[in-house]
Amino acid sequence: MAGLLILPETKSSTTTSHANAYGMLYDAKACIGCRECEAACKGRRNLPPVNEPELDADNWTIIKLYQQEDNQHVYSFVKRNCMHCVDPACVSACPVGAMKKTPEGPVIYDETICIGCRYCMAACPFEIPKYEWEEVFPRVQKCDMCADRIAEGDIPACVGACKIGALKFGKRSDLLEEAHAKIENDPLNYVDKVYGEEEVGGTSVLILSKIPHEKLGLPVLTSSSLPSLTWPWMKAVPGVAVVVASLMSFLYWLTGRKMKVALQEENLNDNN
Amino acid sequence: MTTINRNEKSQPFGLGTLVLGFLSLLGLILVVYRWINGLGVTTGLTDGRGWGIWISFDVLCGIALAAGAFSIAGVVYILRMKEFYPILRPTVLTGFLGYALAAFAISVDLGFPHRIYYMLYNWNIHSPLFEVGWCVMIYATVLALEISPIVFERFNMKAPLKIIRSITVPLVILGIVLSTMHQSSLGTLFVLMPHRVHPLWYSSIMPILFFISAMGAGLGMVIVESTWSFFGLKHKLETRLLAKIAKIIPIILGIYIVARFAEIILAGNSHYLFSGDKYSILFWTEIIVFIVLPMILFSLPGVRRKPMQMFTAALLLIFSLLLNRFNVSLVAFAAGSYAPTWIELFITIGMVSIGAFVFVIASRYLAVFPHPTEEQVLISPEEKQKIGDLEPAFPIIIQSTMSLKESKN
Repeated sequence: MAGLLILPETKSSTTTSHANAYGMLYDAKACIGCRECEAACKGRRNLPPVNEPELDADNWTIIKLYQQEDNQHVYSFVKRNCMHCVDPACVSACPVGAMKKTPEGPVIYDETICIGCRYCMAACPFEIPKYEWEEVFPRVQKCDMCADRIAEGDIPACVGACKIGALKFGKRSDLLEEAHAKIENDPLNYVDKVYGEEEVGGTSVLILSKIPHEKLGLPVLTSSSLPSLTWPWMKAVPGVAVVVASLMSFLYWLTGRKMKVALQEENLNDNN
Repeated sequence: MTTINRNEKSQPFGLGTLVLGFLSLLGLILVVYRWINGLGVTTGLTDGRGWGIWISFDVLCGIALAAGAFSIAGVVYILRMKEFYPILRPTVLTGFLGYALAAFAISVDLGFPHRIYYMLYNWNIHSPLFEVGWCVMIYATVLALEISPIVFERFNMKAPLKIIRSITVPLVILGIVLSTMHQSSLGTLFVLMPHRVHPLWYSSIMPILFFISAMGAGLGMVIVESTWSFFGLKHKLETRLLAKIAKIIPIILGIYIVARFAEIILAGNSHYLFSGDKYSILFWTEIIVFIVLPMILFSLPGVRRKPMQMFTAALLLIFSLLLNRFNVSLVAFAAGSYAPTWIELFITIGMVSIGAFVFVIASRYLAVFPHPTEEQVLISPEEKQKIGDLEPAFPIIIQSTMSLKESKN
């Protein structure tokens, strides 16, 4: 019976299970916008290095330029790619489990079981998953943090391409420490915030910046993970099913009994 | 043959039916065209807006408006109010068509339509869509079984009829359970997206709101389709029954409004109510014109006596559901700009036409509506005692008319 299914408890993922997971630290203040990371990302998938203004199915990472409207000398680059949330909305949204959060940190996509519902695209607060719209059987595409390279002990292609150290790869906990140390050492040149530390329950990609993060186009988000909003409802489903089924069976029995009593009384009256 | 055969068989199809047939065919051709050419060529969908009118209308509205089926089935079989039997079959048929077409629309919308069944063995119990998918699959089957007697009766197949009747009550209970689950889970679908849905529509109790509004609009749909059948198909209009349903609607709407406003206020979003922007105007239109107005109309006894006024109020109610689901999933849903292409529109129009077309054909050749003369048949007390326990009135009527005819012969 559906109601007797024992559902696994939702993991309070931020603290324990992913403490050893990898992450990336991007320092927007240090980035010089050379776009070597973009080219390396394309190179890994044997795609020609064409610069696009926005992320799409072929462009898993891009460098964007922010310039203050009234003063163009106040500017910053910002690297956009999948944030690899600690508790990702896309993973909880996917009805067939084609999106997965690996213990190493990357959020990966299995194109062999995807049914193409695009709920992941709607659910992502960072608007990361993109679609191969021109294909007859389109796949969802996004940065996978080079999960295959990480598995072989290598680092992500974009990190390897960054020659000035604006992009770093390591344990998320170490990177977080490093990020806070950077802010502490140079409080005038950094916003006192590590973007991705708290956002939607934390992300594996962390971003430092001298310009407020929301100006760089990074969404302002609360610290509660999105799946934690839906899981209580999903968890309640089997229980609700049992309660509704029992209630309906009871009502059915009750109305049947009432009817029998009424019939008996009718018969008694007839006999009298 | 039995009394189920009708004499109007010889009448030619009306113009309306032919138009429905044409639009259905056009829709089907466009579906094939979309499957061959992909979504990019045929739809206005983009990376910024992955869900369009197929999700908003065909799936969200289609499933919600089919909610009358589980409500009326519950009233007839669980509460055993057999007086409602005459509207049970058209309602269940509408429900079945609604679900079948929603499932069809999903297969049009999916990037990998041929993988739709992957959900059967790739489970993600965290996903509201997983649960909706499962419930829709099972419930569509349940509704097909619930409505199957109209086919079995037509061809006088007694054995399957007997089987279906013996499992009717468990089927109805299963249907109610599944409906409670997925009507609400369609709301859970959007609970995951506080960053997209505007605060006037986003709510932590969306599953409950979706369930209540689907029940209200589902009952509105019962009134609309009964009245429409009366004019279009010349079936008997059960004004008295419809009035009884109409009496319940204001209660459902009342609960809905209280719950919705309470959530907005408790969540601290009340300042959005009077901000005067297009969302607040849209919100108040939805509430006042399409919920409060039908609520008032349905509570007036004068309205409940007049079929056309009930019909109008029920139409408002259906529009309230359309408006709400469109607001949640398209208009008040922060995403890229989007306009549906003519192909998207005509596929949606085609889906509605297929539903209406099948309904018309079914009511013509199958016993969807009870025959006016059959209703007059009296049932002897012994018979009532014997089968009155749970069997619906309709099979009894058929049996008795059959025996009457046989005795005449």
